[in-house]
Amino acid sequence: MFGKTARQDWIFLAIFAAFVLSMPVTLAPIGAGYPDLLQKFAIYGLFAIGFNILFGLTGYLSFGHAAFLGVGSYAAVWVFKLLTVNAVPAVIFAVLVAGLFAAAIGYVSLRRAGIYFSILTLAFAQMSYNLAYSVLTPLTNGETGLQVQLLAQGPVTDYINQDVRILDQWLGVKEVGVPSPSLFGIEMSGWPGFYFAAVMLIAGMFIAQRIFRSSFGMMLRAIKSNQTRLNYTGVNPRPYLLAAFVISGMYAGLAGALLAVIDPLAGAERMQWTASGEVVLMTILGGVGTLLGPFLGAALIKYAENIFSAINEKILHATFAWLPDGLQNAVVEIAGLFVGKGWHLTLGLLFMLIVIFLPGGLMEGFERLMRLFRRRGGAHAEREG
Amino acid sequence: MAAVLRIEDVHKSFGGLRALWEVNLDVEEGRVHAIIGPNGAGKSTLLNCLIGRLTPDRGTVTFEGRPLIGRKPHEINQMGIARVFQTPEIFEELTLLENLMIPAMAKRDGAFRLNAWRRVTRRGELMEEAEHILEEVGLAEQRHRVSAALSRGDKRRLELAMCLIQHPKLLLLDEPTAGMSRADTNNTIDLLKRIGEKGITKVIIEHDMHVVFSLADTISVLARGTFIAHGKPDEIRNDPKVQEAYLGGVEA
Amino acid sequence: MDAFLLQFLNGLDKGGAYALIALGLTLAFGTLGIVNFAHGALFMLGAFVAVSVNKLLTLEKVVLDPTRKTPWGEPVEIRTPYVETWLGDFGRFLVDWSVPVSIIAVIPVMLLIGVVMERGLIRHFYRRPHADQILVTFGLAIVLQEIVKHFFGANPIPQSAPAMFAGSADVGALFGLPPGTLVYPWWRLIYFLFAALVIAIVFAFLQFTTWGMVVRAGMRDRETVGLLGINIRRRFTTVFGIAAIVAGLAGAMYTPILPPDYHMGMEFLVLSFVVVVVGGMGSLPGAVLAGFLLGVLQSFSSMTEVKAILPGIDQIIIYLIAVIVLLTRPRGLLGRKGVMED
Repeated sequence: MFGKTARQDWIFLAIFAAFVLSMPVTLAPIGAGYPDLLQKFAIYGLFAIGFNILFGLTGYLSFGHAAFLGVGSYAAVWVFKLLTVNAVPAVIFAVLVAGLFAAAIGYVSLRRAGIYFSILTLAFAQMSYNLAYSVLTPLTNGETGLQVQLLAQGPVTDYINQDVRILDQWLGVKEVGVPSPSLFGIEMSGWPGFYFAAVMLIAGMFIAQRIFRSSFGMMLRAIKSNQTRLNYTGVNPRPYLLAAFVISGMYAGLAGALLAVIDPLAGAERMQWTASGEVVLMTILGGVGTLLGPFLGAALIKYAENIFSAINEKILHATFAWLPDGLQNAVVEIAGLFVGKGWHLTLGLLFMLIVIFLPGGLMEGFERLMRLFRRRGGAHAEREG
Repeated sequence: MAAVLRIEDVHKSFGGLRALWEVNLDVEEGRVHAIIGPNGAGKSTLLNCLIGRLTPDRGTVTFEGRPLIGRKPHEINQMGIARVFQTPEIFEELTLLENLMIPAMAKRDGAFRLNAWRRVTRRGELMEEAEHILEEVGLAEQRHRVSAALSRGDKRRLELAMCLIQHPKLLLLDEPTAGMSRADTNNTIDLLKRIGEKGITKVIIEHDMHVVFSLADTISVLARGTFIAHGKPDEIRNDPKVQEAYLGGVEA
Repeated sequence: MDAFLLQFLNGLDKGGAYALIALGLTLAFGTLGIVNFAHGALFMLGAFVAVSVNKLLTLEKVVLDPTRKTPWGEPVEIRTPYVETWLGDFGRFLVDWSVPVSIIAVIPVMLLIGVVMERGLIRHFYRRPHADQILVTFGLAIVLQEIVKHFFGANPIPQSAPAMFAGSADVGALFGLPPGTLVYPWWRLIYFLFAALVIAIVFAFLQFTTWGMVVRAGMRDRETVGLLGINIRRRFTTVFGIAAIVAGLAGAMYTPILPPDYHMGMEFLVLSFVVVVVGGMGSLPGAVLAGFLLGVLQSFSSMTEVKAILPGIDQIIIYLIAVIVLLTRPRGLLGRKGVMED
């Protein structure tokens, strides 16, 4: 922690910002230079960075963080429906709602630690998911999902299907058809959407970096290290944990809001526990407890998902056309298991391989490589970056 | 002198087993008070009753006139009581300097303070103090090492330093030299003597008579769950009851 | 009264499935200290062993009958399962009873899968943190799921119970109700009895054999048993194999109740984990008790009368109970001190 000076942190942040903003160009050669995918890099990167503040620093493994993502999305869409399609109020409101929700769930769940904590968070997330599909349909529109709709003509009887957008109306914004979210007139789909998310990502990274370097961050790492000592050192870990939980919930809410900004449709499937599992994977893959790792993990998984799920038999045959016919068919048959609809198989294997061989994630892998090159015994066992 | 720590009529049993009964003790300010006794005499139980890990069935424990029983460990620490464990409890994954910063911050900021923006390294006064204490316990060269890499003796020294940085009014030491070599033990005794000059009240629970007689001003002997003798080291050494408890050590 | 009783019965078979899965989960956790997120996948694999057995038994021989024509002028195909041609009536019986018959295949197949899993993967994670165990088994569960999906497709595959049990039993008659007021599918009753039987066998095995004694001792104090010079590794493998068999049996017999699909395991896993935690990590009776309890409560909460008062309660009851139990009894209903407390 002390190994990094303020100057090094600023340099890191500047490089990170430059990289993120230039992704449309730099990642074009590997086929990732289009907005839909890069938006996902930024949004899930934020989700994972926030998750890591809880899991990476305190070691508390939440299996229910997708609930906050979902709540963020719903909150944002409601702002679009009731107030304005401007993205800023939606994002702010979503972050606040997700934070409140996280405070309530965290307050209860943090009474327990270890696997009990994981099960409690899972239970709360599953409850939210199930309720979103059933009783809370007036708020979530159930399976159809919550959407931005046409403005109501005359008195409103059904807020799910008739929007009011009080603020926009008051400002005299003219609407033709169903409007899309915008930032003071710039429509938030495609590239502008990406840049909006990218700026949020950079801000999120900056805040995470401050937290990592602060007294608060050190207390969180102390919680992971030895709670007994911390107790007898005069520190009450509970409020620190709750603060970390709420902050990471707010990151998730922000990610959820951004998903709604680029595509204003919120569905409950975002809250399912598989989605919670995905953010765990992203964090682990990149490197738990590191600054950059979670973003890398998120980007890699979204990239791999995109590549692998797009490959079909035709592409495989073309790739392996140089093989003799019989062998070609066999290879395509086997490779076909892992791509297209079988992408999840690759994901599962990736999951296992990482946990088995590289528990520290990609960041540890880089570190090992660096050490191999430098061949200098590093007394500093620091894993930040 | 006034008693800082006062234990009155403490009883504790586990099921049918009486671990402590009619335990009374006054620890005077600035003194080094050793509690000795054969294995199973109830020393650890007593200590755990002091620091909030166990709740006695009966009796009171007061520190500077304020009751300790029912308080949480972090509240007890905030009152000015620090504790060294039998097996060192330190933050193994963190560096030595960080290990010291945490108790220093706990002392400065209280049980909770959300300080998520300012860099730790900007808190210069705390850094300086941490460096200073590391110097004092002889671990300054290793300040950037991860503390898991320390030897057992050094870990204990680190833990002691973590307590000292808080400037406690009362320091509880649970077998501070257990498992140490003779040389390490003597180093620790010297260290404890040096910090003794600062006037911190200390309660030492110890097995090793060499340590006890080198350090203690007052000794209390616990046997079969109650105190059988209090006194100056010389008085204790020649007390027949004590000799019987140790030599006839049936309860060992 | 009869509606009440019906819901109670409804809860029993689901509770039986929860209890069986939770039993294996607890067994693996209590002795091996492993948090196995792939346990639900074992349940699913058992179900698909039953599906495979059924598919094998119903492999058909196709003969063209030139004497009869379809409306399109094609010769009519006569399809007869091979087992029927070879074994006659007994073959027909086998096809009809394919689900119970599959037990014969489930036991060795699941044992094999369990042993391979333990030797190949789980063993290397005994000393790793629980978070790592959760993650690696979670990955394994996805892999197993996807493999099954590749071979069997994504759609549920209905299986039927033997014709003998196809109908419903007039359970009401047993309680002196007029006939026809409380009828209940035979197979669900059978499933409950089967679950009870398997549980009884596992408990008897643990209670009355020396092997079981060592395992129980291991659940209490793993390190000491290791010190006694008992070959723990072999026993660990066997324990895991048994857990796999129990999960597999639970899955195979459940197929007539719920047509199996590749992700059924995950749904049951999440619930079973909650069951284990409610029962108390490491407590076998706790797992069984909580399994039935939650199954029955879930069933009651889906009664219209209950839903009228507490809308949506049926959707969350299990999780709600988990939250309440964990907050009031941190170790679960029958949990012991010192299990997973850090």
